[in-house]
Amino acid sequence: MKATLKQKNLLGIRGMSAGEITHVLDTAENFREISEREIKKVPTLRGRTVINLFFEPSTRTRTSFEIAGKRLSADVINISSSSSSVTKGETLLDTARNLEAMSPDIIIIRHPSSGAPHQLARVCRASIVNAGDGAHEHPTQALLDALTIRQHKGGFERLRVAILGDILHSRVARSNAHLLTTLGATVALAGPGTLAPPEFASLVEGGSLRVERRIEDAVADADVVMVLRIQRERQDKAFLPSLREYAVHFGLTRKRLSLARPDVIVLHPGPMNRGIEIASDVADGSRSLILDQVANGLAVRMAVLYLLGGGAATTTPNTNPVSQVKSENESATTQAEQLKFAVTAGGSEGSSS
Amino acid sequence: MEFVEKARIMDGMRINRALARLASEIVEENHGAGHLYLVGIQRRGVPLANRLADKIADLEGERPPVGVVDITLYRDDLSTVGANPIVNRTDLPIDVEGRNVLLIDDVLYTGRTIRAALDQLIDFGRPRRVQLAVLIDRGKEHRELPIQADFVGKFVPTKKSEIIKVMLDDIDGEEAVAIVERPPAEES
Repeated sequence: MKATLKQKNLLGIRGMSAGEITHVLDTAENFREISEREIKKVPTLRGRTVINLFFEPSTRTRTSFEIAGKRLSADVINISSSSSSVTKGETLLDTARNLEAMSPDIIIIRHPSSGAPHQLARVCRASIVNAGDGAHEHPTQALLDALTIRQHKGGFERLRVAILGDILHSRVARSNAHLLTTLGATVALAGPGTLAPPEFASLVEGGSLRVERRIEDAVADADVVMVLRIQRERQDKAFLPSLREYAVHFGLTRKRLSLARPDVIVLHPGPMNRGIEIASDVADGSRSLILDQVANGLAVRMAVLYLLGGGAATTTPNTNPVSQVKSENESATTQAEQLKFAVTAGGSEGSSS
Repeated sequence: MEFVEKARIMDGMRINRALARLASEIVEENHGAGHLYLVGIQRRGVPLANRLADKIADLEGERPPVGVVDITLYRDDLSTVGANPIVNRTDLPIDVEGRNVLLIDDVLYTGRTIRAALDQLIDFGRPRRVQLAVLIDRGKEHRELPIQADFVGKFVPTKKSEIIKVMLDDIDGEEAVAIVERPPAEES
């Protein structure tokens, strides 16, 4: 029997079964065709309301969710932190309760704090989609990466994937590590010691995740190389001597990429820092699938909205989020504790897109 | 859920003969296969559309184009069916504009699938004409919308409690049409 998405919310990849992930990917594959039609719209979510609640700047992800909702005929409302009452001091829960009073069907949330979507899920009847929470998870990014990989590699069994860069602050790395290892791939993380601590290997049980000190060791014989964005806005704590030095030692150059398998594919979640984490000739090269990722992102988000919002709505608020969640004011911990927490559930300060 | 098979009404040979007759009726009615565009409704309408196209090619020397529609996203019961149905591929390789589109499905029952297929088709363009061919018509009394088939392989009057099960090699590994029924609830 085919697996279906049993959950009401999409809070993270962690806790999803291989069957559920595959079901989302299969559905997304069939949604791609809608965006190639002359009339790029189907009536599926007519009369449903989708709220895009973004507490962090985002163009790609927010637009992608907005277009996905509109192509399914949902009414999509965008709320961003700069233009909302959040700047007037309203708490997240009060914002959520006020939105709930307008009976939306799906709330998509991006928030700088890990666990914010889970908190929302506990009080809301609407389905919650995590569009990135702190350094915790960014499930739709991992799903679109997986769809791109599957289109080119056919499957995930014994696939070797290297994830390079700022692992510490990256929710993309965490979601991808969970997803790829669940589907049978082996993942190597690599970056500067300050940004890719060895403790990360324990994020996933069973030894299919490892941390390399040199990116050459991660890239060697890789089928897929995923480059993360260096989050310049988070480099004020002396994680790196300089961006230039980072580019020299950790940037993905054509020479480093030549260590991978000849049919390697290169992914980047965007926005890119050309010449820092990825050389321009690699980003624009024939192995790069960065624009395929954007097209697949739309299909994945349509699939997620369809799977969560198309069927009969369940009416009980979710009380059992899969991941541990820490609230914002608990984050006054020591550096060591923070790092440990960052490994298991995502820190409360980092982010990526 | 277990269903009890009540009767086999067609075997592979009979299905094939019905399709052969449908093919000649279709080309007769359309004065050839000139502007014909066969569109199968996922899933069992798809192999039926391909077989009809082959038979029309035998008659006319020219195989009409074949497309595929999946009506899941156009269903009118998505808010009540609980778990979301699987979305299959839609693929209309050539433009429907100005074509004589022939929709093909295995069973005509309430007519709601055909309504959804028509809505989807019209989102792709303006066909000159749309006709409907089905392997089995369960009877007009079941219709919930004013929809009838132009070409029918076999007319099978049924009760509401019965289900017509069409099995095709490409999907089910065997060729047959059966009437099945949910057994009455057991006394406890």
